[in-house]
Amino acid sequence: MNLAFLKKIRVFISLLFFVLTALLFLDFTNSLSAALFSAVTYLEFVPSLIKFINLLAFTSAGFLIMLVLTLIGGRIYCSMVCPLGTMQDIISYISRRFKKKKKYKYSRPYNWVRYSILAVTIISFILGTVLLVNFLDPYSNFGRITAQFFKPVVIFLNNIAALISEKTKLYWFYSAEIKNFRITNIILPVIILGLAGGFAVIKGRLYCNTVCPVGSLLGLLSKFSLFKIKIDLAACENCGNCGTVCKSSCIDVKNKEVDFTRCVSCFNCFEICPSLGLKYDFTYKIKPHEISEEAGNDRRKFLLGSAAFMIGYAGLSFGQNQVKVYTQNSVPVLKKYTVSPPGSQSIARFNRICTACNLCVSSCPTQVLQPSFLEYGVWGMFQPRFDNTAGYCNYDCVLCGEVCPTGAILPLKVEDKKLTQVGQAKFIKENCVVETQKTDCGACSEHCPTKAVHMVPYNNLLLPEVNDDICIGCGACEHACPTVPYKAIFVEGNAVHKRAQKPKEEKIEKKIDYKEEFPF
Amino acid sequence: MDRRSFLKTSVAAGAALALTKYKPLMANYSDAYDLVAVKGGEADVMFEQAISALGGMKAFVKKGQKVVIKPNIGWDVDPERAGNTNPKLIAKIIEHCYGAGAKEVFVFDHTCDDWKKCYSNSGIEKAASDNKATMVPAATDSYYQKVQIKDGKRLKEAMVHELILSSDVFINVPVLKHHSSSKVTIGMKNLMGVVWDRGYWHRNDLHQCISDFASAYKPTLNIVDAYNVMMKNGPRGTSKADLSLMKSLIVSRDIVAADAASAKLFGLDPATVNHIKYASEMNVGNMDLNKLNIKRIIM
Repeated sequence: MNLAFLKKIRVFISLLFFVLTALLFLDFTNSLSAALFSAVTYLEFVPSLIKFINLLAFTSAGFLIMLVLTLIGGRIYCSMVCPLGTMQDIISYISRRFKKKKKYKYSRPYNWVRYSILAVTIISFILGTVLLVNFLDPYSNFGRITAQFFKPVVIFLNNIAALISEKTKLYWFYSAEIKNFRITNIILPVIILGLAGGFAVIKGRLYCNTVCPVGSLLGLLSKFSLFKIKIDLAACENCGNCGTVCKSSCIDVKNKEVDFTRCVSCFNCFEICPSLGLKYDFTYKIKPHEISEEAGNDRRKFLLGSAAFMIGYAGLSFGQNQVKVYTQNSVPVLKKYTVSPPGSQSIARFNRICTACNLCVSSCPTQVLQPSFLEYGVWGMFQPRFDNTAGYCNYDCVLCGEVCPTGAILPLKVEDKKLTQVGQAKFIKENCVVETQKTDCGACSEHCPTKAVHMVPYNNLLLPEVNDDICIGCGACEHACPTVPYKAIFVEGNAVHKRAQKPKEEKIEKKIDYKEEFPF
Repeated sequence: MDRRSFLKTSVAAGAALALTKYKPLMANYSDAYDLVAVKGGEADVMFEQAISALGGMKAFVKKGQKVVIKPNIGWDVDPERAGNTNPKLIAKIIEHCYGAGAKEVFVFDHTCDDWKKCYSNSGIEKAASDNKATMVPAATDSYYQKVQIKDGKRLKEAMVHELILSSDVFINVPVLKHHSSSKVTIGMKNLMGVVWDRGYWHRNDLHQCISDFASAYKPTLNIVDAYNVMMKNGPRGTSKADLSLMKSLIVSRDIVAADAASAKLFGLDPATVNHIKYASEMNVGNMDLNKLNIKRIIM
């Protein structure tokens, strides 16, 4: 059967996923619906797996679909769903337009490297830290790269359009800005883009077959696929074309063998083969003794690994270190804990689950969610946290929970969110304008949505005071506080989120007579 | 800032300043009343009563002019919470501006909460687009230009939204509310929504900065929405329980007079609200209501 059409399908589906996923991260206007986010990220392997394990929810079984597809026909995830994979394909495609040497050729696998990375990732995961998964998950890496590198480009282009629309007084576009960018945000994106992009230019999908633990895991699994791509010895005309288009360098033309663990199911070989010399072969008609000793070992390792993986995930967790953000000289401001997003329940839980894909960071309307560096300690590196100098959590907004693909931020109803205390405001009188300048300010109380921060009389002026019970830690007060260089009010994170009390409602008693004369 | 752009902005600012200052003199309005107070009707109906007492919108907007309307759209709350200016009132004002021959009408505010949510949930975006006015963004500093505040005591310069500088008519439409920073927020406090760096004001004697800015940028017309008034927990409010249905409207060319009358409505002596007092002392306007010719309409 001529399977050349498979390549066209692969290209179409992969570009569809790529464009949709990129859009999620690029949409700075917040015009995409939360439903689209869940739909597009549903099949993403690592987020879905983590969500499944933590919530035991079959609604997040996208990874199971990918596992089943792998068992049927190989690494479909890598070829069609993974946005980092498609990004590499695009880089290869473009770079090969300018390169002299456009052809691929077979190379040996770096098994030692790829299985070590996979093993270490799984073991660290079992020990309770998501850190390595966070560093290596291809979807999360794509998210970070898009949010940190491509989103600024889109915003820049938009701002040019905004400038033109401003001059013409049409205001069809509005200018946008990226708040509080920190150089640490791009550590991982630079490394991964450099590595994956560099490999893509030189050797196609080498990153996927050497570094990526998802690629290695699915590669191991594809040893058991029902259908595998094989060279049909009878039909093959020895032209060797398939080897020159194989992005994974996994077709050994000389020995007429295909290393299916490295095959990313791109189907380029089907398309180029002049003689139907490649086929999707049904595996289990082969006699059992053909499974080599080596493969058996791999299988044992794999089963062992996955068992440990599952068990470990169920509960073990590293103790979370308390985070000291900074200590001031004049008035010491100690933030014991940074603030994790509402719906994350506790910092420990959040740090255990979040893969730092930056989807919430990208979609947060106020940009209060920013990638951390060491605010959560080493184990929570790059996971998002509240940065109240960039913004504050909008009282009626629950978007982060709606878009989170891993379940690290659980969706909250607006009413529950308004009572979720992620931290508490702490007032430093010595830093306050009312104390230092002896003039009124009240910016903190002005922005407070619950009036937990309220003003009390003080030397003919008004001074802020915090009611801890109704404070939800949104950070509006800290954001609005105008004092420099240090804030006079800040939010201390709750290690475990609490439930705040509802603000009291007292009716205004005054009766109004609309026929009464004016008081002037 | 390089020299050329500095000169450019200074010239623009100077020209704009001059225009703004003399705009009230150029306008051919009816001098009959200094202030109109209306009570007992719906916001839009009260506005129609008030504006006709002042000789109609034609007294303020000439054919072909560009109008900017500055409501209070500070918060992501729905119209029922009265945290923002009543959208019905804004709709009616836009209608009258076009009725008077305005070429274009723009609406904006430098919001506190996320601006897109504020614009849409306040109902003002819809009120504007239904009446063919343009909602203008104001959430990045690119829309602001530096100007000098000649008579400012604490505020010597500010970044002002370009539309305030380039429009022919500036209509200020605050909503009367309790305010944790400034006791009460009315017309002059509402002007904080046309500047970029409000933190400076808060750090450097808020009340004085409010008066300073009003000395340089007096709106053509001030329309105070006191239909549903937030009596406590302002300016954002925590629930509808904070509100008192006053069904009132104050309109005046004099921003200080409008603020003084509104403060009275709220139950405060204007002299106890520092920015009103300071502004009156600086002759920005008159807070002595006894000296004003006031038209009172009880519907």
